[in-house]
Amino acid sequence: MAVLQFREAIRDAIDEEMDRDEKVFIMGEEVAEYNGAYKATEGLLDKYGFKRVIDTPISELGFAGIGVGAAMKGLRPIVEFMTFNFAVLAADQIINHASKVRYMLGGQASVPIVFRGPNASAGQLGATHSVAYDSMYAHFPGLAVIYPSEPDDAKGLLKSAIRSEDPILFMESEQMYGMKGEVSEEDDYTIPIGKAKVKREGSDVTVVATGKMYHVTKQAADQLAKDGVEVEIIDPRTIKPFDMETVIKSIKKTNRCVIVDEAHPFGGVASEVGFLIQREAFDYLDAPVQRVCLPDVCAPFSKPLFDLWLPDAKKVIEAVNTVSYRN
Amino acid sequence: MAKKKQEAVFTPIGLNNSKNGKVEKSVELPDFTEKTHKDLKLSEDDVVEMYRLMQLQRRFEERAMQMYQKGKFGGFLHLYIGQEAVSTGTVFALDDEDDIITAYRDHGWGLVRGISAKEGMAELFGKAAGCSKGKGGSMHFAKTENNFWGGYGIVGGHIPIGGGLAFANKYMDNNKISTCFFGDGAVDQGALHETLNMSQLWKLPCIYIVENNGYSMGTAANRHTVGEIHERAKGYGMKSALFNGMDALTVYENMKEIADDVRKNGEPYFVEIRTYRYRGHSMSDPQKYRTKEELEEYQKIDPVERMKSYLLENDILKDKEIEKMIDDIENEVMEAIEFADETPFPEPEALYEDMFTGTPYIHDRK
Repeated sequence: MAVLQFREAIRDAIDEEMDRDEKVFIMGEEVAEYNGAYKATEGLLDKYGFKRVIDTPISELGFAGIGVGAAMKGLRPIVEFMTFNFAVLAADQIINHASKVRYMLGGQASVPIVFRGPNASAGQLGATHSVAYDSMYAHFPGLAVIYPSEPDDAKGLLKSAIRSEDPILFMESEQMYGMKGEVSEEDDYTIPIGKAKVKREGSDVTVVATGKMYHVTKQAADQLAKDGVEVEIIDPRTIKPFDMETVIKSIKKTNRCVIVDEAHPFGGVASEVGFLIQREAFDYLDAPVQRVCLPDVCAPFSKPLFDLWLPDAKKVIEAVNTVSYRN
Repeated sequence: MAKKKQEAVFTPIGLNNSKNGKVEKSVELPDFTEKTHKDLKLSEDDVVEMYRLMQLQRRFEERAMQMYQKGKFGGFLHLYIGQEAVSTGTVFALDDEDDIITAYRDHGWGLVRGISAKEGMAELFGKAAGCSKGKGGSMHFAKTENNFWGGYGIVGGHIPIGGGLAFANKYMDNNKISTCFFGDGAVDQGALHETLNMSQLWKLPCIYIVENNGYSMGTAANRHTVGEIHERAKGYGMKSALFNGMDALTVYENMKEIADDVRKNGEPYFVEIRTYRYRGHSMSDPQKYRTKEELEEYQKIDPVERMKSYLLENDILKDKEIEKMIDDIENEVMEAIEFADETPFPEPEALYEDMFTGTPYIHDRK
């Protein structure tokens, strides 16, 4: 195992895949000469040159679409968005084209493309820079959504994403790029898309959390352990396809579940997973499933308001206490 | 007494609401080429085939319209009738390996790039034997093995994709070029601006072609966009051209020259081809935004009839041969209708097919 920053794991995955396959290239704002807005592409220009590491203008719709067309012709574009908040401008290409071209042409084209970049909030950046888009894209058939929480997951899953024959949204976080973690040094390390990982075993409450929310949950679990409550943390890693099997298996053991989701409540990951849990594990539940998510308001700037807005360990602890009737 | 203030006007007022009594034409056509097929190095067989393809598109769509009216299929039906010289002249000017991508008025494009009348009609009928297995319908004809990447339904949405096809050609260094066709309505979309800017900056071998048929659905060109469309290329430092799209030879001549230039210099081109659609935007269009006189004026210079006269005047085909050709096409189209009627709909399982190239995942499917 090597200890790497999240951004280094991302870069290594891209590097290894570019090295393996001539058809893989990366484009986006500041990915080349600037070495990446968050340094996730550092050194790639030097290694692969201007043909395969391409700076784009600030034209999300345009370069996302150029990526889709290039993928249809057999290339394997990695399209970096400086954040998924900006990718909203490219939504027509992701939602109307990347996800639908194959189906509407009766299987005559493939779109092997990875759209990647940071998702959700990164501190006090105001309303338009703070939204979690994983559940929104997961709504659309044909799009896989990956939102890893640790460098090891990021590396293995990004390599799988780049090899996928179908479009993938790969989500990161500005606040996780500097986070360190052990990463497998296994040769050509990949993690299958759609497999959850039990990241902490526990017998009392199942908590489902991915991305940045995994770390919030981990903090909460450490606190709760001091009070004798053992939380089992399941990191789905992939939002779609979603590994319900692992979640249900855990609930059959703990009989209680909290879902921590960095999105707004309506139609978020928590609502879908919550629905499936009540249908698939109704008889195993000792309490209604709880969710910790954003309130149904925009991200505020002001620090005290922002802290109220974002899920934190305290809110997770409260939810765990609620499902275990410890309040 | 205070003068009555005039009410503000935003969109220029249309024909139906202006009271000046003038017969206005939505587009002015540039001149036709004076060159003969020999001047253009086309064989007699070539021009005969051009005529056959134009007739095929015309007959296919006229019959498709009847079938739609008879309730044989649903959805939208956007007819290309009147614009056939554009598709026909273009496919002769391009190499078969060059890419074509277009918007939803795509039947003609499919037919000239090798979709058979049977595959096309079956697609309209929503049948499994359709060119897109009945998954796409009228707006999504495609034959990617022949480098026809399909028809697209979001106005302007396929413009960056056209750029992406060209990007891939440049990346693979294969000397192929891409062509991306869209209507005058699409020039108002931001996607065009972003794509033209990047195409010129990145030197993508792509021709962006506006088929200006005068109307963005029911809004005349002068009511939806400013200035001359082809002149927008100037803002991007891009080469541009404007020509008449009511004559296959004119289209061929210009498109050939442009395609050669793009292939040789590896830089994009922005083209406005002026043409005219005879039918409504779709089948439900009452066409109150234009006059009968305008339509008749264009029908006088019908591209199919024009090519027919050319063949006759140059003794390339005789009347009888033309009659026979039209009969053959008519039979081909009628057989296609019979086929489309009888061939089966997709099996229920097909609902879940063609979503994925790799391992399929369908959420919450038992």
